[in-house]
Amino acid sequence: MDLKPLFEPRSMAVFGVSLSNDRHPANEIFNKNLLRYPVRVYGVNPRGGTINGEQIHRSIAEVPEPVDLAVIAVRADLVPDVLTACIAAKVRSAVVISGGFGEVGRLDLQGRLAAVAKEASFPFIGPNCLGIYSPARVDTFFLPGERMVTPAVGNVSFVSQSGGILVDQMINFTNEGVGLAKAISIGNKALLGELEILEYLAQDPATQVIAFYIEGFGPKEGRQFVLRAGGCGKPVVVLKSGKSPGGSAAVSSHTASLAGDYASFSAVLAQYGIVEATSELELVSFCESLSAYARPIAGNVGIVTVSGGHGAIAVDACTARGIRVPEVPAEACETLRKSLSASVREIASLTNPVDLTGSGIDDDFVAAARFFFGRDEIDCVLALLLPYVPGITSDLGAKLSYAARQCGKPLIAYVPHVEKYAMLIEGFNLNGAPVSPSIEGAVLMVEALRRNRQ
Amino acid sequence: MNDYPAEARRIIAAARSGGWVLEPEAKRLFGLAGFDLPRFALARTAEEALRFAGEIGYPVAAKVISPRILHKSDAGGVAVGIPAAGGLEEAFRRFRKLDGFAGMLVEEMVSGVELILGAKIDVQFGPMVLLGMGGTGVEIYQDIALRMAPLAERDAAAMIAALRARRLLDGYRGAEAVNREKLIATILAFSAVAMDLEGLIASIDINPLICSARRCVVADARIILGEYA
Repeated sequence: MDLKPLFEPRSMAVFGVSLSNDRHPANEIFNKNLLRYPVRVYGVNPRGGTINGEQIHRSIAEVPEPVDLAVIAVRADLVPDVLTACIAAKVRSAVVISGGFGEVGRLDLQGRLAAVAKEASFPFIGPNCLGIYSPARVDTFFLPGERMVTPAVGNVSFVSQSGGILVDQMINFTNEGVGLAKAISIGNKALLGELEILEYLAQDPATQVIAFYIEGFGPKEGRQFVLRAGGCGKPVVVLKSGKSPGGSAAVSSHTASLAGDYASFSAVLAQYGIVEATSELELVSFCESLSAYARPIAGNVGIVTVSGGHGAIAVDACTARGIRVPEVPAEACETLRKSLSASVREIASLTNPVDLTGSGIDDDFVAAARFFFGRDEIDCVLALLLPYVPGITSDLGAKLSYAARQCGKPLIAYVPHVEKYAMLIEGFNLNGAPVSPSIEGAVLMVEALRRNRQ
Repeated sequence: MNDYPAEARRIIAAARSGGWVLEPEAKRLFGLAGFDLPRFALARTAEEALRFAGEIGYPVAAKVISPRILHKSDAGGVAVGIPAAGGLEEAFRRFRKLDGFAGMLVEEMVSGVELILGAKIDVQFGPMVLLGMGGTGVEIYQDIALRMAPLAERDAAAMIAALRARRLLDGYRGAEAVNREKLIATILAFSAVAMDLEGLIASIDINPLICSARRCVVADARIILGEYA
């Protein structure tokens, strides 16, 4: 099945646009694509008429050009006929927005959709979903265009069983500056599920990191998913819900009791080098970090800061996760001392973490980072920046991240996120270095690189 | 292994009505699959028990066999380190009163580190293998490693390395180290059994699997059948 028409349609037909209710989901989708996206969009309603001066077509047969993507937002019991008509009219793919299927017990109706589509090798997403947001191409989310929070275009694609979680993560991505390649809400996944979308995204040149929100898999689906994800060549991040054990009261073995659904899920992801996020903070941190650095590390961190306290908290956070903060030989540190500015040379604490003290300046930071980058026992540098220290300028982000690019090892920064320090953060972003608003988040970014096995 | 595939299916089919395979038959299955077992005999009478214990020599272990007792220790149906005939007779008298008594297993005492080796057919992922610190405290310590089968040798090694109590296997405080090759071979053979029985079973506990410098012995086993077995 060719999924490209779903993600890169040149023409789309929206079924179910209302002539009387302009807040109808189909109208939102019709209007936003008309106003905001290059895709050519046609409204379909058996009654015909016009919306915003656009001709509404009575049937798919009346649409004047071949249609790549049908967006179906009609009543559940009408969906099978619309789907059949689309297939007959050689439409190439569909998103079924409508609810009223498996989620309310109508598995029969849902099964009919899947059977009709499978028979015709016709790809569709849904039902009961938001569908696809593909930046600068198409948006089938029925949320008013002006109220959507859309992250910058980037290389992370996010696939979610829940539309609401997906939209919230897009807000989190926006806040943290994580760039998005595609957002896909798969709903009841009657035909296309995680596995099929994973296959597509693994081949998609715009996607470098594939993230999932997963509630659960069908029988044996999890096995196929990890086998495919584990070898897809791109980092895969999974946020799972439904971790609490189900109340199975049956007498059982120790193994069945110890290897519960979630314990098994979590263990298998780790086994296949898939990065499991256990919270939204982890999800956004992991995605940001992996979108910058796809290459795995062993997890040996060099820390540079201007505050001993920040260094100590970072060491604790690293240690708690099994990330090492290796000691650096004292004689090696003496070579670093020579390259520091006169004002910190005698007072800086030169071990790992390096504490430059409040007298540190930009050049000292860069020298310490370069020192760590040059050490074999270090494979990642954590820079804890306090922008209010007098010697640090707004240009340090660019200087440090440029040094990282030259040296080819990952650099991760902590900078308090307030408007005032945006210039500093912008410098890091310029060279693709991830920045976290918390020390914990910065350590999570290291953790993602260590757990990724792609 | 010659008889194993067909005989394993016969053992499971025979246990269908009870929902699980009792210890002697579960052990026989693992024996056919090439696992190391302690010497054991199922005694229906005290005399049979005493005769077998006389053959293998004391101390021995005794365990109740009952289709109604899945967790024998919980029901007071296990006695280990029985030093002489008197103790064995006393154990028999005690076990005879337990629910569903169908006999007493008399078994050679094996010493070593007690592990649990388990399998579970997961709905989402299929056969999973669990390795952990075994004995009666497994669910308290929860020191386990869990992987999707089939396992490769490096998976088995990684599971051992993932246990918090792994130092106990390396010869902690003067004890002999567990035979690593035997343990890995046992885990891999078990992974193969889990794959083979996928459609028939729900889960398996080998608990304890007793490992020493020389052997990895299936000291107790239970097989819980699947819905469609």
